[in-house]
Amino acid sequence: MSPPSGPEKQYFERLAAGRFELQKCAACARHVFYPRVLCPHCGGGQLDWVAASGRGTVYSTTVVRRKPADGGDYNVCLVDLAEGVRMMSRVSGIPPAEVRIGMAVKARIAEGLVEFTPA
Amino acid sequence: MRGSVAIAGVGLAGCGEAPGWSEMEIAAAAAQNALADAGLSARDVDGVVIASTNIFMSGLALAEHLGIRPKFTESSMIGGSSFVGHLIPAALALNAGLCDTVLVAYGSNQRTGTGRAEAGRHKMALDPQPFEHPYKPFNPPSSYALAAARHMHQYGTTREQLAEVAVAARRWAQLNPEAYAREPLSVQEVLGSRMVSDPLTVRDCCLVTDGGGAYLLTRAERAGDFPRPAAYLLGAASAHWHRQISSMPDLTLTAATESGARAYAMAGLGPRDVDLLALYDAFTINTLLFLEDLGFCAKGEGGAFVSGGRIAPGGSLPVNTNGGGLSCVHPGMYGIFLVIEAVRQLRGEAGARQVPGAQVALAHGNGGVLSSQITALFGTRDTL
Repeated sequence: MSPPSGPEKQYFERLAAGRFELQKCAACARHVFYPRVLCPHCGGGQLDWVAASGRGTVYSTTVVRRKPADGGDYNVCLVDLAEGVRMMSRVSGIPPAEVRIGMAVKARIAEGLVEFTPA
Repeated sequence: MRGSVAIAGVGLAGCGEAPGWSEMEIAAAAAQNALADAGLSARDVDGVVIASTNIFMSGLALAEHLGIRPKFTESSMIGGSSFVGHLIPAALALNAGLCDTVLVAYGSNQRTGTGRAEAGRHKMALDPQPFEHPYKPFNPPSSYALAAARHMHQYGTTREQLAEVAVAARRWAQLNPEAYAREPLSVQEVLGSRMVSDPLTVRDCCLVTDGGGAYLLTRAERAGDFPRPAAYLLGAASAHWHRQISSMPDLTLTAATESGARAYAMAGLGPRDVDLLALYDAFTINTLLFLEDLGFCAKGEGGAFVSGGRIAPGGSLPVNTNGGGLSCVHPGMYGIFLVIEAVRQLRGEAGARQVPGAQVALAHGNGGVLSSQITALFGTRDTL
């Protein structure tokens, strides 16, 4: 238990400091997301933080329908990052129904979360 | 395990709306009906099994409510698949001689009970899922919508084909006097109903009802001692590869491929031997995915497969003959109703929806967001 906190807290602290980082396994060299204690690919115990490229592709997308009075419809999607990991996120900057599977997107940090805009 | 245990009794309670009834009372009422069906009393039960989304230590609560001091208790919670999954530990316990008569029960008052929204907020606080919840997916529908959208993108599946699943379920429900939603439903009505999370409309989504169910499992050597014909467990297997949709490796391919293969192997059966299916249809996409992953059609061909009424009454493959979670009952976790419908069909007591001469039934449970997959095969005495 040498690190000062678990990987989840470390991840969000990095985001809060403006850095989008992923874990990378020292044993199998694969990237890991979401942040974990052990590598889910090989079981390796050393996961190092590396900067994310921020490049991704929309794997799937949905428009969550919401009444206009409650803020209106919004996008929820899954993005495959160039590093080979997938994350849930949203694409901002275009109407939610215009987000397409296969669309190239790039990451940005907004209010402590990773979101994407069209690349 | 093949043929070593059998279901001796089944019961339903409170399906649809059960205002004024607590979850545990609905489960107990279903247990009472299953016990009466088997000609047993609660005094005869020495194993209790339950799962609940709300009740803490639900196995203890069920035994306490029924006045049972069980030798075997199991309350694994793996989502709606739980009550199909419970077949496996219950069979192991019976075969090990730990107990003789296992009651599996479920109850929910999610439609008429109070505090559902509040309970949801509490659950989110206790289990924040920080890599999904901040993006506000409307779950479970949004997770299944992501799978449906990907299937449509990858295989050309259409919303009309998804709607065919809802229409087939409704047509079966119209043959089932116990089903909750029995008014006519067309493909156009499914497409035109309120969108929830694209591409799924409210008619692509399961019902929100109250209800409970129960079944009694015994060793096969006792299966002739009960009033109704026994349904024998021929094979059962579980598999899961993720919990959250963002961790599902391929949204068009479920762990049913694995649970199905192992259940078929245990049973010595394949898709061609199955007379009817009970598939966990929380959403219309589920039925397509499970027909593909359990070997009834090739990957990606589920949409074409269900077209033209193939899985509806009069079609060549009876699927969800009670009306399913889409049109019969769905009180939050549907798994137990899959088992109960399979048993009723094998007994030949399904009335207007009876599949003539049904010998082998497949019940497939799904839990979480296409996460937990449990396949069980049941057969009549002739299949042993």
